[in-house]
Amino acid sequence: MNRIASKFAELHSAGRKGFIPFVSAGDPNLDTSLEIVLALADLGADIIELGVPFSDPMADGPTIQASSMRALANGVRLEDVIEMSRRFREKSDVPIVLFSYLNPLHRYGLERLARHAAAAGIDGVLVTDAVDEEAAEIGSLLRANGLDLISLIAPTTSDERLAKIAANASGFLYAVSRAGVTGARSETSSSAEELVRRSRKFTDLPVAVGFGISTRQQIEEVWEYADAAVVGSAIVAEIERSIPLGNVPERIRTFVGSLLPEVANAGTEN
Amino acid sequence: MSKYEPDERGYWGEFGGRFVPETLVAPLDELTAGYFALRSDEEFNREFNYYLRDFAGRPTPLYFAERLTEKLGGARIFLKREDLTHTGAHKINNAIGQILLARRMGKTRIIAETGAGQHGVATATVCARFGLECVIYMGTEDIRRQELNVFRMRMLGAEVRGVDSGSRTLKDAINESLRDWVTNVSNTYYLLGSALGPHPYPLMVRDFQSVIGREAREQFLAREGSLPDALVACVGGGSNAIGLFHAFLEDNVRMIGVEAGGSGDELGMHAARFAAGGHIGILQGTKSYVLQDAAGQVAATHSISAGLDYASIGPEHSYLRSIGRVEYASASDDEAFAAFKELSATEGIIPALETAHGIAHAIRIAPTLPREATMIVNLSGRGDKDLMSVAEYENGRAER
Repeated sequence: MNRIASKFAELHSAGRKGFIPFVSAGDPNLDTSLEIVLALADLGADIIELGVPFSDPMADGPTIQASSMRALANGVRLEDVIEMSRRFREKSDVPIVLFSYLNPLHRYGLERLARHAAAAGIDGVLVTDAVDEEAAEIGSLLRANGLDLISLIAPTTSDERLAKIAANASGFLYAVSRAGVTGARSETSSSAEELVRRSRKFTDLPVAVGFGISTRQQIEEVWEYADAAVVGSAIVAEIERSIPLGNVPERIRTFVGSLLPEVANAGTEN
Repeated sequence: MSKYEPDERGYWGEFGGRFVPETLVAPLDELTAGYFALRSDEEFNREFNYYLRDFAGRPTPLYFAERLTEKLGGARIFLKREDLTHTGAHKINNAIGQILLARRMGKTRIIAETGAGQHGVATATVCARFGLECVIYMGTEDIRRQELNVFRMRMLGAEVRGVDSGSRTLKDAINESLRDWVTNVSNTYYLLGSALGPHPYPLMVRDFQSVIGREAREQFLAREGSLPDALVACVGGGSNAIGLFHAFLEDNVRMIGVEAGGSGDELGMHAARFAAGGHIGILQGTKSYVLQDAAGQVAATHSISAGLDYASIGPEHSYLRSIGRVEYASASDDEAFAAFKELSATEGIIPALETAHGIAHAIRIAPTLPREATMIVNLSGRGDKDLMSVAEYENGRAER
């Protein structure tokens, strides 16, 4: 059983739900970014999603676009993200999922990516623009190296497609809460619950909900019906606000702690 | 099935496909089904042809450029006059086709990207004609250099939204259009302007533009009793080029696409995807050649013409190049600028700066060909919109 499967098994037996924070790797720089994800792990993050910066993030709203640009301005490349993951893995067992667009992975070489990611202790890869029909090659290369290809499902995904995606999926399913780009919203769309319920007909895999989850109340709502909540833009926005103030990892620790007090209390057991 | 048709997933060889966020799969399926239901529908084609004729002003003439031919002393040059269509460029052909499709699909809100502004103007025009809400995304750098077209779009009732991300050009306008579409999928139709993007756009845009080549082939045959030896067209995304080439693909006719060579060979100085720096990659929904750095980040591009200033190229062009059916060349900013002036002064036709790249290549090769040789250059658009840019460029050169 890989780290992602073990994590969900552990959550399940403890009767808990998962918290999955997202940050763009290398924002504001690689060392600080590593400190941030170590702080998130320490706070009780169940899985960490690491964004691979890309010049043309068409599925992202302004917050993650800006963070991707900050990382790129520092020259952060996929190999740096893999190296950062390796350094993280030396200190933590929290599963890591890379969150990327296909082009940087394709240019790196998919087979090389799968080998290097596995060697660095990365557990899964989610490719925003590789829908099921286009994901066969990367999916089999990742699986051959013991990694999961995390599949996205959306409110617009038909039952017929859900069945097909679920049949090819491993690790967990990432349910996009609503039609749109990434970005904090004050309310979670009701379409998310409906989508998670529909997906249960086709798979026993855990389902995480993301896109627009930014408050403690929204996380609790998602935990009512899904297995995990992904928080991205809210944390990334806090990183952006913290940069001019300094000591970014501590500020993120405080922010995420306030978002998830009970997780913060459970913290150091990781 | 012809080897020039894509497979059911929208692939020509290894190029094309559909690389989008999951949310867009359903609307793309809906679009594909809607389009294929109408593709051979008589009533739809009758309606399409009616608007092409009575609204856009087709057929456009095939004009013998007599003075340019004489001056160059080689192959006889014919111009397919897409500049004479309503709105002044080939873009109107595709805009009419897609707006009729959008109406039949019951969509009430139309969005589009634009580079030079010609596709934005064409889209705003058909939206005005059919009374549909219209939002055009345009990079702020392009807004600056194509101010007249921005004014035209606003006059036609469109909302022009400036895009300030990335290089603030066509690529960024497409990103923003995709973000709008993914957010407003239920009522919004994305009227994409070139033979780019996820399946079925490259195929659909090609089909709607292929009227150019069908007319040109018929006109040339009627006039000369034979087929031309060569076709030349500029290639940004590649819709005017594929529109001209498509009807001739099975013929023994040489075809040349001309990319923007910009101001130098270094990555970032040009938009020639088939030059060094262009690698197979995935950008904005399709697999094709993409100008990118070694880390897979999409490179900045440069061209004197906003419409060619794009880091990728339509997947069918990558395929046609890979099988050796179409040749690709490039023309620099300086060459395009010279061709712009040459055609204006010699033939009394002011071409768009995009088109001037095709003219530049024709000027380059015509003298090397025998006098009995013939070529058709797609005069894809007229150049009124570019006069300010040309004046600016001329001043800039005077200062250098």
